[in-house]
Amino acid sequence: MSKIEINNIYKIFGPTPGTVLENVKAGATKEEVLDQTGHTVGLDNVSISIEEGETFVCMGLSGSGKSTLIRHINRLIDPTDGEVFVNGQNVLDLSPEELLEFRKKNMSMVFQRFGLFPHKTVIENVAYGLEIQQVELEQRNKTAMDQIDAVGLSGFEDQYPSQLSGGMQQRVGLARALATNPEILLMDEAFSALDPLIRSDMQGQLIELQSQLKKTIVFITHDLDESLKLGDHIGILNGGRLVQVGTPEEILLNPADDYVSSFVGDVNRARVLKARAVMTKKDDTHNGMEIAHRANENDTLEELLPIILGTRSLIEVVDNSGNPLGYISDHEASRLLSKS
Amino acid sequence: MAPLTDTKIFMKKIPQSVYYAIFTGLFGWLLVVSFNSSKRKPDSVGELFTDLSWLNNWPKWLDTPLMKWINDGWKVFIAEYGLIFDAIGYGLLRGYTELKQIIVQAPWPVVIIAVIAITYFSSGRKVGTTVFVGICTFFIGFLNPRFWDKAIETTTMVVLGIAICVIIGIPIGIAMARNEKVRNAILPILDLMQVIPAFCYLIPGIILFGLGAIPAIISIFIYACPPLIRLTDLGIRLVDKEVIEAAESFGASRRQKLWGVQMPLALPNIMQGINQCTMMALAMVVIASMIGTRGLGDEVLLGLQQLNVGAAIEAGLAIVLLAIVLDRMTQAYGEKIQERNQPVKKK
Repeated sequence: MSKIEINNIYKIFGPTPGTVLENVKAGATKEEVLDQTGHTVGLDNVSISIEEGETFVCMGLSGSGKSTLIRHINRLIDPTDGEVFVNGQNVLDLSPEELLEFRKKNMSMVFQRFGLFPHKTVIENVAYGLEIQQVELEQRNKTAMDQIDAVGLSGFEDQYPSQLSGGMQQRVGLARALATNPEILLMDEAFSALDPLIRSDMQGQLIELQSQLKKTIVFITHDLDESLKLGDHIGILNGGRLVQVGTPEEILLNPADDYVSSFVGDVNRARVLKARAVMTKKDDTHNGMEIAHRANENDTLEELLPIILGTRSLIEVVDNSGNPLGYISDHEASRLLSKS
Repeated sequence: MAPLTDTKIFMKKIPQSVYYAIFTGLFGWLLVVSFNSSKRKPDSVGELFTDLSWLNNWPKWLDTPLMKWINDGWKVFIAEYGLIFDAIGYGLLRGYTELKQIIVQAPWPVVIIAVIAITYFSSGRKVGTTVFVGICTFFIGFLNPRFWDKAIETTTMVVLGIAICVIIGIPIGIAMARNEKVRNAILPILDLMQVIPAFCYLIPGIILFGLGAIPAIISIFIYACPPLIRLTDLGIRLVDKEVIEAAESFGASRRQKLWGVQMPLALPNIMQGINQCTMMALAMVVIASMIGTRGLGDEVLLGLQQLNVGAAIEAGLAIVLLAIVLDRMTQAYGEKIQERNQPVKKK
């Protein structure tokens, strides 16, 4: 079973969600339901499964239900109907006490506006999760210091959050989430409030952290570039419905509907597409042809383009241990870069 | 979340018409009772339909016997529970007298120095505020030597009143912030406490606790507690939702959330509530002088009765000075917390 399984979740906001549920299940759209009953459909039959150790990005515009979805995983919001499994355990079956234990042990969350405690210093903020778990002061300060070091904020531990810049505050948020060493990291538009340079910096830092820690990350964003950069899989939400789930390449190359294609239209494909997705699979016809360059399967097309254009010859794609997987020539490059 | 929606569904199941029927029934019953209990009613109900003159002036029989009910209830209440109030009154009086004695017997320079020291530390070592408060304290006695001891009596009453407000008011405020139903039940009571004229509860106060400081302290509680309760409730509810979610996402229990996050962040508002409480308590002390409470209000009343404009204004000024001293002391502490709690910068 996957690390996180969300099965047929419905969430309806309003005074009597139960009465509207049947309508929504029968296929009424968000607008119809709002018109007829005054209820807002937050999520409409969303099912997702997220594998251990992957970064799953949930993307959508504001009002698409993505923040509602992520709050179902740690049950900050209860669904109107459906099931949420984490580690095979149905989260909705947990008693209030079990739920607190579950949140302490399994996951932590990073927030869009950071959600830091303004009355606590940086180190107290980072140690908060451990404080809740009643870890001794000395031990939790030591763990917190390690995390503060890891996000590069040593020297700021005794400052208050209001004394830090936005980027630094979000690094405190990240350190706080990592301090409890959770298996699952929920990031709700974590970088959306930061300016572009710092955002890109933080994305880099997250990718680097993730390559060492191998957490299961659920990342919410409204920024397609961000989701393509971070996600192993991407789910696109529109009006509470899940429109498409797939790898970045699948979403770019086979958008499921007009909504998704209008999204991906403006993306710089060369920056996203990896050599693995572009290449022609290795077969005998390539035998004996001249190979100008050897590229790793995870290199992006943007990195390879100058070589392809410069040499006008084949590039061999290899995996991490050096086994050849396939080839890229100017044909593949031009075919995939042209917008169909 | 879930239980709330459940009860809402449950509420919906009782149709509105049932409520209307209950209220109409109650009103009809009240009409019958007022008619039957009235001494000056027509001989028979039938007369009402033949002789329509009762429609001109408000008829004597159309009168809810509320006064009689309250008086009867009051008598039973005193007989049954009077002892409890005696005990409360005695305890409060002991506390009041002892606290007052300590301050009155202390040499006045010591009292001024104590006030200055408290302000200095509670304001976070602000020299300007401290000097100002010191001068105001000095001028209370400087206006008229008699005022010094009376100001101490007044202050003791105010401090005790505020202590009761804090002990009772803050937990009520917390309960209101945590539960919608409790809030809906308590809000009308707060409105009642704030709107009802002070004399309405001063008199029952005398009957329960006798003349003097104790009914004044009880009146202070009734008059000054609502703003503290409201501001505690508001302060807790105004805490940033994302910060609360952050605490919840780490598995904080309700208790951990309240004492670790909500209360510290609501503290500036609660301090503001205590400050408001102080000001209203001082106002009430003056009104309470009408039921024989001693203190600075007593001096104002004396000046008024003797048509001595100078004395009344002098005493009034002393009250203002006392208000400034108490206000600065509580306000300064609130500001100190506020500075530490600056909200997170939003971009």
